[in-house]
Amino acid sequence: MRGHWGDTLGPALVQHVELTAIAVGIGFALAFPLSLLAHRFRRTEHPIGVVSALLYTIPSLALFQILVPFTGITWTTVEIALVSYTLVILFPNIVAGLRAAPDEVLEAARGMGLTRLQVLTRVELPLAVPAIVGGLRIAVVSTISIGTIAAFLLPKGLGYPIFLALKEPTPFKTEIYSAGVLSVALALVCDAALVLLRRALVPWARRAA
Amino acid sequence: MLADTASLHTFVQAFHFIGDHPGFLATKALEQLELSGAALGLALAVALPLGIVLGHLHRGSGLAIGASIVGRALPSLVLIAAFLTLLGIGFVNNMVALAVLASGPILTNAFDAVDGVDRDAVEAARGMGMTDAQLLRRVELPLAVPLLFTGVRVAAVTVVATAPIAAIAGGGGLGDIIVNQASYRLEGVIGASICVMALSAAVFLALAGLQVAVTPRGLRRTSVVGDTSRKEML
Repeated sequence: MRGHWGDTLGPALVQHVELTAIAVGIGFALAFPLSLLAHRFRRTEHPIGVVSALLYTIPSLALFQILVPFTGITWTTVEIALVSYTLVILFPNIVAGLRAAPDEVLEAARGMGLTRLQVLTRVELPLAVPAIVGGLRIAVVSTISIGTIAAFLLPKGLGYPIFLALKEPTPFKTEIYSAGVLSVALALVCDAALVLLRRALVPWARRAA
Repeated sequence: MLADTASLHTFVQAFHFIGDHPGFLATKALEQLELSGAALGLALAVALPLGIVLGHLHRGSGLAIGASIVGRALPSLVLIAAFLTLLGIGFVNNMVALAVLASGPILTNAFDAVDGVDRDAVEAARGMGMTDAQLLRRVELPLAVPLLFTGVRVAAVTVVATAPIAAIAGGGGLGDIIVNQASYRLEGVIGASICVMALSAAVFLALAGLQVAVTPRGLRRTSVVGDTSRKEML
């Protein structure tokens, strides 16, 4: 493994982190305003929910290929596919989080004279943090996992050493296990980091799942 | 970026490819459904009773949570590749790898569904003198159906969507075409990709319909498919 680290696994890990960070970052930047919109205009929620559930069923391998005629065999193609998956995961979670504020709390906030915007920023958003972080956890872990498929298109990320190893006729394949363990470890570390983030942001909800 | 006319042309050719090889694509699609069905069957046989029993006993929540986290963290490519080195190339390897993948959501949701049944309802049933088996069959399982079936649906869609990747390990199916651009060219690859998308959408819609049908009438008030609850995405 040591021999492979510098030339293969190290760069692959860095690329994989980049791939994930961009996908989740852009996905969140899109999902957040969309969720606020769906929260404000409730009628839009159900159609968006159905469309995203359907979108999520599109196999990553197929989605990558279908985008090729439009964006070529590029990083952009991979990111468009990954961003759509994160969007589809984040949107329902953020909306569910915004809905989580109990009616009594909202009544009380309005009774105190808070404007609609103040209710959102001071009551609904703080209460939505656990659900939002929950969505981020699923999005990050899934993206790390789906990101390995990107190697079918581009020689990048942790999927690539695995992809290469599969093409060789040797029976025992160290790269499969080392890259596999690395990607699982990366996912678990990111997941744990987000749990810590949630604890820091909502210290009052220690016990929430 | 390619010119729009060129990309459009590739798409038109992809549909031509579908039109020219309907029998071949249908055979491949059937192959993929066979593999998916076998994997889902294996996962159901193992994970469903385990999740239900653990949920009934209110034990092993750690296992259920762990299964969901590890299940999501384990990339399908890694699973298929790892089982390939253990079981060799072919149907069995892919079936087991996909079954492992499907077990996560099935186990987690079955556990959550049965474990989360209203305690008052369970108490009342016990007070009426129901045995454990009666309680499970008449109270817990009917109430657990929506969440439990969501797990099965997520697992099924995941398996069908992942099955094309199995082509690299001799799994056959539409993935055979997608990973073999040298023989089928880009239009074949894209044509097969379109078929894969249609297949998983069809499975999703069929199961969503089935889910509405198996949900006890009293629990149907909320729409099942567009449900934005977090369990949906497990």
